[in-house]
Amino acid sequence: MLENNGTSFLKSLLNAWSWLFLILILGFFELYAQMETGNTFLFRVYTLQSIAVAASQILLLALGLTLVIVAGHIDLSIAFTTGFSAVVMALVIRFFGPEGGWLTVILALGVGLLAAIVVGLINGWLVAFINVPSFIGTLGTYGIARGVALIVAGGATVSIRSDEARAIGNGIILGFPVPVLVAAVVAIVFSYLLTHTKFGVHTYALGANRASVERAGVDVKKHLVILFVLSAFTAGIGGLIYTGRFSAGAANAGEPILLYAVAAVFIGGASLTGGQGTVVGTVIGAIIIAVIQFGLVFSGLPPYWQFVAVGLVIIVAVIVDQSRDRLTGVSS
Amino acid sequence: MTALLSAKGLKKRFGGNEAVKDVSFDVNEGECVVLAGDNGAGKSTVIKMISGVYTPTEGEVHFDGARLTGKSAEAIRTAGIETIYQDLALADNLDPGLNLYLGREKTRRFLGLPFLAREEMRRDAVDVLQSLGIVVPDPTAPVREMSGGQRQAIAIARAIHWQAKLVIMDEPTAALGVPEQREVMALIERLKSKGVGIILISHNLPDIFAAADRIIVLARGVVAGERRPSETNDEEIVRMMMGATL
Repeated sequence: MLENNGTSFLKSLLNAWSWLFLILILGFFELYAQMETGNTFLFRVYTLQSIAVAASQILLLALGLTLVIVAGHIDLSIAFTTGFSAVVMALVIRFFGPEGGWLTVILALGVGLLAAIVVGLINGWLVAFINVPSFIGTLGTYGIARGVALIVAGGATVSIRSDEARAIGNGIILGFPVPVLVAAVVAIVFSYLLTHTKFGVHTYALGANRASVERAGVDVKKHLVILFVLSAFTAGIGGLIYTGRFSAGAANAGEPILLYAVAAVFIGGASLTGGQGTVVGTVIGAIIIAVIQFGLVFSGLPPYWQFVAVGLVIIVAVIVDQSRDRLTGVSS
Repeated sequence: MTALLSAKGLKKRFGGNEAVKDVSFDVNEGECVVLAGDNGAGKSTVIKMISGVYTPTEGEVHFDGARLTGKSAEAIRTAGIETIYQDLALADNLDPGLNLYLGREKTRRFLGLPFLAREEMRRDAVDVLQSLGIVVPDPTAPVREMSGGQRQAIAIARAIHWQAKLVIMDEPTAALGVPEQREVMALIERLKSKGVGIILISHNLPDIFAAADRIIVLARGVVAGERRPSETNDEEIVRMMMGATL
């Protein structure tokens, strides 16, 4: 306890850096808005809703991914798992026509999620039973899901007319956009799963040392399959929300979000070697990226700067992660 | 007095290669038996036949009055034989409590949902470690921040917490510094005083003499000899390891 106070202070600072960073950029954009326009940036419902919706899009891909990364793996296929489920949902709704009502939409949601889960099962099977490294395996299914989504969609965007679907994507309940509520519920469930259940402990242990869980009698293969199915599941929900928001299913719905989702997980404190990361961290990471995206657009800079900014934040996240490792190395 | 563990005529063949030809020995309660031998002498194969990783080609193992041969590794663990591997199989990012209970975590229900009982598992870990004479400075810290001796103690704590009657340790001091090697030797003494039988694999002579009640030397798949530490010396053990005739 009486160890070097400076070191432990630095350690807690590094652990909380993503919170500090979030406050810093919010402060920056607020200051900028006040000076440039004399208006507030942050304290407007529109800003908050826009940031929250952008963050929820990223989160739906990043939440399942967090679990996979904590277990020491990666899932690149989510980019097109999202697109695949978006397209499948749109096709089901189109098949029954605009008069189908809620029954059709609920069926479409179910079939869309099922399509995503199939991708997850394939990923899990490849990694757990065929021992394919997850980076390569999910890069393969990234391509397959992309191709299949484009084929079933006939190479185009599948537009639909459905008020019910639109309500899912654009509805607002008590001031909260539906996509935000959905992401929040998934985030709470996954946070519980990772921090309070045996499944979560085994996921952390798996990321640190596979032998530890194996010798403890845990069925590691089954565990891996469940992880990849969960990852595909949240990415699939992201696809369903996309189809609802834009009244169209597109194969590339998730492609631009993949980088952001991976970034959110690492900004949130995860490590490439596994064994680290939290759902709360990933939520902060997603919000940071959404603030950067929206703030840059708001401040009138060319939107392409968001790629540069997010890239820089990823590098900072990795540097912070490494200095944290070095610190714990020194203290032991 | 019947032995806690008794291995009779163990033989293991891999294809045309006989890794273990004929090995028999006993381990009594509270006794530390060292299996000594050069690389390739068959120590690890013998251990794996006892822990159930391998099934012997011939021979059998009896433990605590029951025949173990042919049972699964899981069943043998449940019967009370724990193996502590060189790499310890700890999850470095988790605290000692979770490592102690890994795979058998305690939970408490809240609003119908199970929640990990982290505090309780941590307290149990501190208690078990204390009974091994180890004080953990910060039980909430991940085990990666602990010393080699403390980490070894956590692996041993896991074994005894689940009522192991026999602990197999594979080169426990191989990767440790001198003070930590002493800690492990002290741990072995405490385990013995709890009546736990120990099979220790080692080719470090000072360890062998410090820990052993009996030394069984293996050479080329057979028992080259059995000695009590008081009846022998380094030189004789080394000669036996090298397979010299007795």
